[in-house]
Amino acid sequence: MTSNGVRYSTPFFYGYNMRNDRTPATVEKIQDSYVAMMLRKRSYGAILLLIFVSMMISGFKVAQDRNAGSFWDGIHRIFDFPAGVISEAFEKASELPAHTATYFPALLETINIAAASTLIGAISGMIMSMLATRGLAKWPALIPVFRRLLDLMRAVPEIVIALVLIFVMGGGPVPAMIAIAFHTTGALGKMFSEVNENASLKPVEGLASVGANWTQRMLLAVVPQVAPNYISYALMRFEINIRASAILGFVGAGGIGYELKNAMSWGQGRYDQAAAIFLMLFAAIVLFDQISSKYRSRLTHGRQSSEVIA
Amino acid sequence: MMDVTLTSLQQLQNHATNHIMRKKVGTFAVLTVILAYFTYIFFAFDIIGLYQKSSSENAMTLIRDSYSYKVHVTRDNRSGEIDIKIEGENKGAYPSGTAPEWVNLAPKKTVVNLGSNHTITLGDKDVVYDVPGYGQIWAEPSNGGVNARFPDGELPDFISVSKNRLMILTDQGRLTVTRNRTEIFRYFLGWELFFFTLDSPYYGLSVGEIVSLAMNGEASEILSDFWNNRMWLHKDVAWAIFETILMAFIGTFGAALVALPLAFLAASNFAPSQSVRFAMRRIFDFIRGVDALIFTIMLSRAFGPGPMTGALAILITDTGSFGKMFSETLENIDQKQVEGIQSTGAKPIQRYRFGVLPQVTPVLMSLVLYFFESNTRSATIIGAITGGGIGLLLTQAMYTQKDWEEVSYYITLIILMVIAMDWFSGKLRSALVKGSGNDTV
Repeated sequence: MTSNGVRYSTPFFYGYNMRNDRTPATVEKIQDSYVAMMLRKRSYGAILLLIFVSMMISGFKVAQDRNAGSFWDGIHRIFDFPAGVISEAFEKASELPAHTATYFPALLETINIAAASTLIGAISGMIMSMLATRGLAKWPALIPVFRRLLDLMRAVPEIVIALVLIFVMGGGPVPAMIAIAFHTTGALGKMFSEVNENASLKPVEGLASVGANWTQRMLLAVVPQVAPNYISYALMRFEINIRASAILGFVGAGGIGYELKNAMSWGQGRYDQAAAIFLMLFAAIVLFDQISSKYRSRLTHGRQSSEVIA
Repeated sequence: MMDVTLTSLQQLQNHATNHIMRKKVGTFAVLTVILAYFTYIFFAFDIIGLYQKSSSENAMTLIRDSYSYKVHVTRDNRSGEIDIKIEGENKGAYPSGTAPEWVNLAPKKTVVNLGSNHTITLGDKDVVYDVPGYGQIWAEPSNGGVNARFPDGELPDFISVSKNRLMILTDQGRLTVTRNRTEIFRYFLGWELFFFTLDSPYYGLSVGEIVSLAMNGEASEILSDFWNNRMWLHKDVAWAIFETILMAFIGTFGAALVALPLAFLAASNFAPSQSVRFAMRRIFDFIRGVDALIFTIMLSRAFGPGPMTGALAILITDTGSFGKMFSETLENIDQKQVEGIQSTGAKPIQRYRFGVLPQVTPVLMSLVLYFFESNTRSATIIGAITGGGIGLLLTQAMYTQKDWEEVSYYITLIILMVIAMDWFSGKLRSALVKGSGNDTV
């Protein structure tokens, strides 16, 4: 209803003002400069787009030149391998349950690597994030040091640490676990410290006033406030880490990835084992994605029951 | 009145006590579960066995090699020929008849000075190591193995001797004598031959000399000697880094280009029908579930090893993630702008172009840039599997198990690359947020 009033009054007022202080020439000038600005903006956008597209195309060409096979040679073969695997899996469908049972321990190991490294990473990330947050840090002077340390830990790709540790410790799940935990500490530490910045300092001050030490203040005043967010981030990280631990297995760090590499190296005729592993890995990833996203949406969109807060 | 308050106070107190009690129990339960899980992991991962399996010698080699290099002085005990090679590689061999100044080449009496008065004299057949504070160790290879004489007293820890092999490991270096060869290692700080190899005329010149030569028109030769360094392969390393970033670039932005139109089909407010939306969502979920590892394997079968394979693997995987995130972003847009455009009689394409894209571009771009940064890290791993980029160089250097200084060089480069990409993408993202602030508000 008010919009009617506005609609009637606006042209009148504007018209009145314009007629007084602004000549039609200025209006035209404004219009011209607006059009010019839009054109400039558009041409910038077009130039940027052109640069981007040419970068994409030339980049792809370079990548193709340095590749063993070219794109058009390979594109029609793209489904050969999956088709071979699937057809063999169908042929030997009766053996799939047995393979699943054989490789279940390896899958469990992969999931255990992910879970243990997420737990370790979350705990150390929690401590480091508190040391890196203004207002919570035990040694405020060292905040930048811990921040840089978190950045550095986040920057190190898992494969680097995993390969070094495999050389020192021999193959197996532990190098992968340490490598993923190291990276997770950096990644979660950064996210946790962003959460910490929004935590209220009042409970901390309250506990400080009754003589609580730093650990008590953090555990009793900060953690209850931030726990839902922490858990939500940690669950998201767990999803990522399952994938990471499967991939690290492929370079020699144990678990289902390692079995997959072996199964693949046997080649055609024995792809049924690879098919079983593919299926198990796919199922595990989807299952944990579903569980974690259910739980996360419960954590962030209300229904925040007390049993969740740990 | 009084009564009621008292009981309710009591009730409240009881309630609070119970509540706190429950929380305490809950906390302890969680702690117990975590502890129990770690105990399980401790046995499942066989941590004790690992402790026995792990080799501290490997760790020491790795650490020492990462900041130092060794020069091998080797005598073939049959022919008496002596050669001196940096890191024992042919690429780092001193031309025969030349030697660094700490080796005094002389027929039948070559003296190797290891520093701190440690000297090793290679005689006709025998070898004498003079260890200050201990005495002279004499050894001679023979047909039966190695004969050795030590100063009186118990053998110290740094000497290990068997019938066929004598090894002396001091802080200054290492001497190994076997029937066939006598080998001396001397360690130096730093990465030798990093800039120029021994066959380059610029080896051993100071920075000032190099600069003045470069000024005198030799810049291109100097650069080419550095670029084609056979020991450190700067050219290949630079290409590998470039390939890794290229994989991440094509993969991330290609995925964004593919995912954007698909995301419109999967967003509830743009999907032509609910069934299309449902199907698109399931496709995204499927792609995300299959995971980069499986795509990488599948594509390397079709395209062979190389950066394009890695780029396509990232592209496919991220299409799933982007499709999901983009469609969620599209569902959260402000419909008013779209309606405003529609009221001017715009067609659907124009509505998307002027009503939707300006709203979502900053959000999507910042998502894409975030993925770009994290994909540089993934591209390192995927490169190790498909065989492209710095990941391949790293794994190759690892598997040969000797060029640890190159391993640490690659690791440093990888970390620097990721930090640089992180910085770059952060800069662009904050510029986008600021820019969009001016544009839309």
